[in-house]
Amino acid sequence: MDFILQPWPWYVAGPLITLVMFLLFYLGKKFGVSSNLETICAIGGAGKIVDFFKFDWHKNTWNLMFILGTVIGGFITYQWLTPSEVVAINPQAVQDLADLGFQNAGAQYLPDEIFSTDTMFSLKGFLILIIAGILVGFGSRYAGGCTSGHGIVGLSNLEIPSLISVIGFFIGGLIMTWLLLPLIF
Amino acid sequence: MKNIKFLIVGIFFGIILSKAEVISWYRIYEMFKFQSFHMYGVIGSAVVLGSILMILFKKGIIKTYFGHKIHVDPKKKGFKRNMFGGIIFGLGWALGGACPGPMFILLGRGAAAIVIVLIGALFGAFLYHATKKHLPH
Repeated sequence: MDFILQPWPWYVAGPLITLVMFLLFYLGKKFGVSSNLETICAIGGAGKIVDFFKFDWHKNTWNLMFILGTVIGGFITYQWLTPSEVVAINPQAVQDLADLGFQNAGAQYLPDEIFSTDTMFSLKGFLILIIAGILVGFGSRYAGGCTSGHGIVGLSNLEIPSLISVIGFFIGGLIMTWLLLPLIF
Repeated sequence: MKNIKFLIVGIFFGIILSKAEVISWYRIYEMFKFQSFHMYGVIGSAVVLGSILMILFKKGIIKTYFGHKIHVDPKKKGFKRNMFGGIIFGLGWALGGACPGPMFILLGRGAAAIVIVLIGALFGAFLYHATKKHLPH
């Protein structure tokens, strides 16, 4: 039990993610989270405005169940399996973030400077959250996949489109982390 | 409820990403700063094992539960769609510290602010399909 309560190292998490991908293929499906965004838009009636969303979303019910499961998994882990919220990040990262104005980086999973209730109701905080979401939603559907569909499945399948996408993920991520975050904070 | 098995796999996935701290904004920051091996190890080991799995699928050594050969649909080709889409995704991933899977998992932790990110992501997916005629692919 003690092992379960500790943070899991990469060599435990990585193979378990492969196991999730295997289970979905074994059950006749394909691992990919971001397509659920389109399914939820379709359920919400987006087909009235954009024809693409007129597809029959019922065929994706299995994937909605999968993400509902992830929500429950997050709840279970938060309630019972995480005695400490501390994320043991590199001290240099803590220092770099302190220079940007982030207090106590790594003391919990999410920084208050972006995710606290006070921040989310401020104009700047709200814009950061909504823009981050729009970029992820837009980019993942433009590229045709996110970290799961391109990063895990596509790269495992040695697909060139996925390699290009993952290189894109890193170009965007590096620009944000090295150039834009210091301007935003 | 034939879909209950997917709910269970999803619960398992949510626990894995939570326990490995992949859902932490800080882990994404650290990854893009090249200050930790953690995220590279998680994704890298999943991909290396995954590629072995793909070979077993292609050779027909592992079949589905229903006895069918496992065929992995290829991703859409096109340099621009993958590169530009990827860059836009990466900008958002590093800003919000969450890709789509972790967004849902963080919702389960009761992180209220993630609701705004998720609404943004839904709007972003909508916006792509509303504007895709005018985008380079």
